[in-house]
Amino acid sequence: MLPVRTEYYLVLSAALFAIGVIGVTVKRNPIVIFMCIELMLNAVNLSFIAFGRHFGHVNGQMTVIFVMAVAAAEVAIGLGIIVAIFRQRESIDLDEVALLRY
Amino acid sequence: MSAHLAFFAVLAALSVLSAVMVVVHRNPVRSALWLVCNLIVLAVLYLTLSAQFVAAVQVIVYAGAIMVLFLFTIMLLNLGAPEALRETGRVQRAVGAALGLSFLTAILGAGAVSVGLGAPAATPESLSTGGTVETIGKLLFDAGQPWLFSFELTSVLLLMGIVGAIVLAKRRI
Repeated sequence: MLPVRTEYYLVLSAALFAIGVIGVTVKRNPIVIFMCIELMLNAVNLSFIAFGRHFGHVNGQMTVIFVMAVAAAEVAIGLGIIVAIFRQRESIDLDEVALLRY
Repeated sequence: MSAHLAFFAVLAALSVLSAVMVVVHRNPVRSALWLVCNLIVLAVLYLTLSAQFVAAVQVIVYAGAIMVLFLFTIMLLNLGAPEALRETGRVQRAVGAALGLSFLTAILGAGAVSVGLGAPAATPESLSTGGTVETIGKLLFDAGQPWLFSFELTSVLLLMGIVGAIVLAKRRI
């Protein structure tokens, strides 16, 4: 029997994911939005590992390792884009950077 | 309430608190520091799930490398000043929070009505050595498992990330 039920971890993961979603919708600073995306990725990682423990399998942890590698590449590219936009217009307000919106 | 459950409750409260602080702080540097706190608490949660290697990687890669990148960018662009960006109005904030909460309800409801997890299949062996470096390494580099090719592809992805970041951030190529 597991010391803590898997469902509790899943509820915690859902709560962290929802906080990340709220951050992405509410914030205007692209760097903070990136941080909220990291929050969401971590919430998903937590549920992967909880499922992996539940089924007595290592595959959940394997997936988490690949998610971390992709997150590292994504952050490097995303922050590069933010720096490039800042160079161009001295501002990174998301309301002004709307070139691709329409 | 068992000691395990009490420890989990403390960790869960800490992680939710630090995640909320990431969102509510106006200063991006404070948000980043709270995110570091959240990532370390998650690493401890991974330890309670007997995923030792992933917990170590979480602290090294996320709390170490990725957060240094964040803080470096914030300081490079001088975004630490709270008045650097105007925040959204009250209506937008309320709508965003309502959407997020309804999203949480939707996830929890979907999880509650879907098929149950069933009895846990974890064995005492998988709980003690299921996440050590030895177990992970043997599976990761085993040609009979599906992970070896993905592992090699990851190196290509990271190389693309390096080249892309340099091209994007350079003034003149």
